[in-house]
Amino acid sequence: MVSITNPSLNEAARPYDRTLIETQQLNLIYGTQQILRNINLVIPRGQTLAIIGESGCGKTMLLKSIVNLIKPTSGRILYDGRDILSLSNLEMTKLRRKFGFVFQNAALFDSMTIGENVAFPWVQQGLDLSRNTEKMVLERLAEVGLPESVIPKRPSQLSGGMRKRVGLARALILEPEVILYDEPTTGLDPIMSDVINELILRTRQKYPVTSIVVTHDMRTAKKVADRIIMLYPFPRLAPDEGQIIYDGPPSGLEYLEDKRVRQFVEGEAGERLMELRRWNDADLTPSHYPQDSLRQI
Amino acid sequence: MRNFLTLESTTHAAQRFSAGAFRGISNWGAVVIEGLTTLGDIALFAYSMLRWLFTTAPRRGTLLPVFYQVGVLSLPVVALTGTFIGMVLAIQSFAQFHTIGLENKLGAVINMSLVRELGPVLAATMLAGRVGSAMAAVIGTMRVTEQIDALMAMGADPVHYLVVPRFLACIFLIPALTIMADFMGIVGGYFYSVIILNIDHAQYLRNSRDYVGGFDFFSGIFKSFFFGAIIAVVSCYRGFNCQAGAEGVGKAATAAFVLSFVLILGIDVVLNILLEAVYAMLWPRGAVLF
Repeated sequence: MVSITNPSLNEAARPYDRTLIETQQLNLIYGTQQILRNINLVIPRGQTLAIIGESGCGKTMLLKSIVNLIKPTSGRILYDGRDILSLSNLEMTKLRRKFGFVFQNAALFDSMTIGENVAFPWVQQGLDLSRNTEKMVLERLAEVGLPESVIPKRPSQLSGGMRKRVGLARALILEPEVILYDEPTTGLDPIMSDVINELILRTRQKYPVTSIVVTHDMRTAKKVADRIIMLYPFPRLAPDEGQIIYDGPPSGLEYLEDKRVRQFVEGEAGERLMELRRWNDADLTPSHYPQDSLRQI
Repeated sequence: MRNFLTLESTTHAAQRFSAGAFRGISNWGAVVIEGLTTLGDIALFAYSMLRWLFTTAPRRGTLLPVFYQVGVLSLPVVALTGTFIGMVLAIQSFAQFHTIGLENKLGAVINMSLVRELGPVLAATMLAGRVGSAMAAVIGTMRVTEQIDALMAMGADPVHYLVVPRFLACIFLIPALTIMADFMGIVGGYFYSVIILNIDHAQYLRNSRDYVGGFDFFSGIFKSFFFGAIIAVVSCYRGFNCQAGAEGVGKAATAAFVLSFVLILGIDVVLNILLEAVYAMLWPRGAVLF
């Protein structure tokens, strides 16, 4: 793993007082496939961490493991020193109130209006005090730049960008300690992506939150994060290699020699293109087709 | 040489046969294991739901829409089905009973069949299709679009939030809908027998009253509680275990109906044996139709 420790590179460094989230020897096998291997990660309070990596490398799985939406196969996840994997369902439910989760496709409830969606965590915690709830919903929607007129609408009536902003408003309503963003800018146009990036930054300025942003959008990672880690797909790792192949500040990515990180940051296919060609060549060889089907052609 | 070749081909054939037989046994074994695993999973799922049911009451806001969906919106289709079942019973029974001059007993036959068996089972089948498939599709879509993850992330337990209201709606409203199906079946059977087939009105009603007793009604309604529970648990389970994509949701909805239907018929056999034993214990002489 490449780790950048030079303080001069850490331009966005903040005074992190203590560790909030820690994963120790985290392993995750999903079905028959190993996704995560020995992930050791320390996230201090107040930090904005971006997790980057190609599709299928386990970024979202890691994010969901942190709130125990997916149970890791082994290892420990500590939140403020407490092992969350040993908590009862009720304790875990209570702990989840400290987290806000912005899902990749917003995951708004189809059966509810936008107002009901945003108010859901508030109502779920038994804080439904009618006028207060309405005020909270309006405030949160205003924070993410959405007008009052969206409140009676259904999620299907909003654009992708608006849905993501509603998802953020919903995540913010309980003023969580940690906000987890799963691919916040995926599927959005560049302008809307930047709006979301600005909202992430603004949220961080307004609330004392720790943020974890899973993304493969380098623009987002560089703009919002204090620290970036890059996960590499397990099947491509050398037997003894750690799955986190980069851990450092965004500026550190510029100085890296690691080809895999550089390729990802610069968006180059590299040897993947060669693999694709090899597979294509292999698949198109006539001997791979059943002779009967060739005859029919 | 020829003998040698024959021997070799026989050996090959025997090897192929034994390989095929082993593969067959292995496939059956896989099916049995899969079936038992699914049943075990459903039992654990039901246990988790029951634990929530008896510890935390669901919110009114989550109950009412589900009750409306299951109860009110199913009413027309159940009423219509019940009416047609009554009419079909009248047509079929009349053809048989008329030949032996017992058409006046039609009321007893139609109403007995309706309240004991056809009303509950066909209403449950109809509701497994209408309500069960919809439940599996809705929950499956929520699974695929991460809405269930979102519920969990926001501190709501999806079993408590999604399954408990559906279970309550099914166990309370499916018996109510069964009563409706019975009633409409009785009306349909009466209408066809008395108005169309010109069976004597007084005889029809007297025979119905004499032979169809409270226990017959009770047994039909009693069974429908179990049918309701099966529909809710199986459909929600299938939805929760939905595979990704539109195909996954479609498969979950189909599997919910098929498994519910099979289990409804299976539990119907068991409950009929049980109820017959209870009946024989309470009324040892039994009912005499002719």
